[in-house]
Amino acid sequence: MVHDTIAAISTAIGEGGIAIIRVSGPDAIEGTARIFRSRTDLRDAATHTVQYGHIIDPKSGEEVEEVIVTVMRGPRSFTAEDVVEINAHGGVVAVKKVLDQVLLQDGMRLAEPGEFTKRAFLNGRIDLMQAEAVIDLIRSKSDRAFSVARKQAEGTLSKRIKALRQTVIELLAHIEVNIDYPEHDVEDLTSAYIREQSGSALEEIGKLLKTANEGKILREGIMTAIVGRPNVGKSSLLNMLAQENKAIVTDIPGTTRDVIEEYVTLNHIPLRLLDTAGIRETNDVVEKIGVERSHNALEEADLILFVLNNNEPMHEDDRVLLEKVKDRQLILIINKSDLESKLDMAEINSLIDEERIVRMSVREEEGLDLLEKAISKLFFEGQLDSGDLTYVSNVRHISLLKRAQQSLLDAIEASNAGIPIDLIQIDVRSAWESLGEILGDEVGDSLIDQIFSQFCLGK
Amino acid sequence: MTYEAGQYDVIVIGAGHAGCESALASARMGCETLLLTINLDMVAFMPCNPSIGGPAKGHVVREIDALGGEMGRNIDKTFIQMRMLNTGKGPAVHALRAQADKFSYQHTMKKTIEETDHLTLRQGMAEDLIVEDGKVIGIVTKTGAIYRAKAVVITTGTYLRGKIIMGELMYESGPNNQQPSVKLSASLKELGFKLARFKTGTPPRVHKDTIDFSKTEIQPGDDNPKFFSYETKSSDNEQLPCWLTYTSEATHKIINDNLHRAPMFSGAIEGTGPRYCPSIEDKIVRFADKPKHQIFLEPEGKHTSEYYVQGLSTSMPEDVQLGILRSIPGLENVEMMRNGYAIEYDAVVPTQLWPSLETKLVDGLFTAGQINGTSGYEEAAGQGIIAGINAARKVQGREPVIIERSQGYIGVMIDDLVTKGTNDPYRLLTSRAEYRLLLRHDNADLRLTPTGYEIGLISEERYQEFLNKKELVAQEIERLGTVKIRPEVAQPMLDAANSAPIAFTMDALSLLRRPELTYALIEPFAPSELPLTEEMKEQVEIQIKYAGYIEKQLHQVERLNKMEKKKIPDDIVYSEVHGLASEAKQKLADIRPLSIGQASRIAGVTPADISILLVYLEHYNRVTAARGQ
Repeated sequence: MVHDTIAAISTAIGEGGIAIIRVSGPDAIEGTARIFRSRTDLRDAATHTVQYGHIIDPKSGEEVEEVIVTVMRGPRSFTAEDVVEINAHGGVVAVKKVLDQVLLQDGMRLAEPGEFTKRAFLNGRIDLMQAEAVIDLIRSKSDRAFSVARKQAEGTLSKRIKALRQTVIELLAHIEVNIDYPEHDVEDLTSAYIREQSGSALEEIGKLLKTANEGKILREGIMTAIVGRPNVGKSSLLNMLAQENKAIVTDIPGTTRDVIEEYVTLNHIPLRLLDTAGIRETNDVVEKIGVERSHNALEEADLILFVLNNNEPMHEDDRVLLEKVKDRQLILIINKSDLESKLDMAEINSLIDEERIVRMSVREEEGLDLLEKAISKLFFEGQLDSGDLTYVSNVRHISLLKRAQQSLLDAIEASNAGIPIDLIQIDVRSAWESLGEILGDEVGDSLIDQIFSQFCLGK
Repeated sequence: MTYEAGQYDVIVIGAGHAGCESALASARMGCETLLLTINLDMVAFMPCNPSIGGPAKGHVVREIDALGGEMGRNIDKTFIQMRMLNTGKGPAVHALRAQADKFSYQHTMKKTIEETDHLTLRQGMAEDLIVEDGKVIGIVTKTGAIYRAKAVVITTGTYLRGKIIMGELMYESGPNNQQPSVKLSASLKELGFKLARFKTGTPPRVHKDTIDFSKTEIQPGDDNPKFFSYETKSSDNEQLPCWLTYTSEATHKIINDNLHRAPMFSGAIEGTGPRYCPSIEDKIVRFADKPKHQIFLEPEGKHTSEYYVQGLSTSMPEDVQLGILRSIPGLENVEMMRNGYAIEYDAVVPTQLWPSLETKLVDGLFTAGQINGTSGYEEAAGQGIIAGINAARKVQGREPVIIERSQGYIGVMIDDLVTKGTNDPYRLLTSRAEYRLLLRHDNADLRLTPTGYEIGLISEERYQEFLNKKELVAQEIERLGTVKIRPEVAQPMLDAANSAPIAFTMDALSLLRRPELTYALIEPFAPSELPLTEEMKEQVEIQIKYAGYIEKQLHQVERLNKMEKKKIPDDIVYSEVHGLASEAKQKLADIRPLSIGQASRIAGVTPADISILLVYLEHYNRVTAARGQ
């Protein structure tokens, strides 16, 4: 417990331009090094030095975030252990993405409330006088965390996790009974059964993780880029969105330093409009810059609103841009639908599905409802209004779900490879335990209960 | 009238499977030991199934043997069938199970006890404990004999206030109509022990000549039997088969028609029965959809015609029992020789024990076996040897021996009992162990023989043999890593084993990692000059094949061991630990865990409580250290 590696966001979320993720423990440097790309390998970095680089997804090699990483080797650190601090831009999304990557590494787990301080104390970095304060910190933080967790666990999420856990425990009990009662007439466990049970659990985990993504979108808004050639109506669209909703929440300094975001909600759907400054500038003479900035914003966006002028034939620039983005989450807005159509619809339809095309007249303020429907369909499969959807939002829950997912995938793989069931059991059990951690359940004796209620055993 | 009957180091009350191991361990460690039993003809008696071993239980027997105990050797001498179970599964869950000649088993054990130095076997019923200043100093028997001792181990099995129940009939009795032990229970209560009331049961026995075996399936033993003891190299015991049949629709009807006469349902039984060993009436009620249940017919020995009817544990009235038996294919004309019954007995709530199995209430007093809320001969023997060892060490002024959860099933069981307690008779299952892959049947010696040697229960000769095995296995694994095998040479073997071809030269060790390949298949391409036995080759294969998994678990163990090594001083006052939740304060004060690891396994103690405890201990240690200066 004291000797594993913990990580957490150690600055208040959403405040300030920079957030720090602190990692402490024996795997802090190695674990971070695996997901950090820079000129110096973190493993070789001298203590108390700062490295510039990127957090990457080690599987795809994709860059997740631009960061600055500080290495402090124990005992000369806050906790007296090896400590790595990752400085990321302050956006909630960016910081969580980085933390997600850190937590996916072997030997890493999310720090318990007050745990860095606890370690600092246990390792002699904090004065004896403060022992009581350390205890109070742990108590209050964990009580608060507990009450939040309980609130979350009381909802539909908890029901779904419990059901999921039941599927896994039935499989587990089946494995156990095959091992502990080899002569009993329970059906032999087949790899088909393992695949089937794990498969249905995986499907549910997949659904839950998808809600995590939807939940994130709901909280943080869909990063939206409005693109198009000058004068097709981008800025009018922006203005309409902004006026329709007096709910411009805040100007947040964004993830790319030059880009300004504007947060609006289109009925239920929160949008973070990227590069709006650039778009505004298109009214100025320097239109070129606007286009360039649109290009940058494109890379960042979850959603691209591609605006065409109904009253003009497609320009070569449109074709180039459309070709580039047509496989992204894209909605094609045909603006000025009140004017005569000079677009070649056959060409457009060959590139974009009909359901992703929205006809609007920004000037006449028509078609906003259509746009909303199209976005909802794209991101929430059209069910946004049902109100009581389950959202997995807690970083800890997400990382535990991902862990359970990985364990079940391992179980299936092992089963396919002909590995004996008592080894497959290790994976299934770890999936069950990860799910249990979400509920904060006593894992305890309930497996034994399950075995004896599911199977008729005895002498 | 009482009289002074003798002075001993250690007294063991009860000569069942726990008592025999306790007394032998204590005597072999040089303590003058008295083993008392109500009936000298019942030493190491098997009142229920005539078999030993199976998953987890068989592992325990191997562990007892690795520590220098007797159960493994004794069953190896007296088995009438030996089977390795779970051979289609991974090595961790391979499990040896033996049918015993139950009479020969007890006679052989009795003889061993009689021939052991420092060990006195005597008939007598202990009725009272003599305790002075919180320390046990002796016992008094029914006949007035006072035996004095420095430590006492109680292993009373199901005898404590035993009560047999069958249909409408109910009478005070130990197992198999033995005298129950009534007064000792009261003595324990007087000393302040919390007692629980548990229940177990046994099936009827039938006459071999009245069984129609043609209607059953034969279940023979293994052709090349393995053994429980690392000391047993061969055996010429003749093996007898078991037989398999099933309950019928008629069986279920008889039971359902007579449920009103079943004590289980009429409320006559107050004790909590084991979940894992339900009676046939319980099975039929709880699993009403199941059309038939397995019944194994097991011989009870070579010189008896009695057969044990496994799967038919019952406390139905005698006439109903006969009806049930005769409704089973193959048993239509069977003669019932003994009826089945349920038995209720007192047990000590095991959270009142230290992990050494010494009671927290009375210094020098130990309990082991069924009295601690377990069930099964192997579970009893596993506790017995530990209680015997620790009673002897107490007398010798040495620290107790505690087997960790990562070291053996014995450790898992005792930790479960003393940390969590149990609501029904506790049976070991491999699923109770978190490090199943480390606690294998094959490596019990690697796990525990060094401990057995240190304690003084493993001879120098056996220890040298053990070291030699360990060394040869390590050498062979290293050697296999250096032996190269060329593709064209290996091809025919790989084809035959349905294994993917290799493109380049590969070392033997890497090949052996493949699930479908065995040491025997690879051996011809990499013959060893080392004097390896079959047992060593098996060990090499397992260690190579499962290295990845094993390492992962070892890594977890290493982490958790750090928690186990954080000791909690005995004089800590939990009510004064600021910040602990009140439930945690109470639970911790009850259990008084020896380490942070143990504390973290107590139900109701949260991770936050553990964090607070850690901080408190650090504070405590610094203050204590400062005072010392």
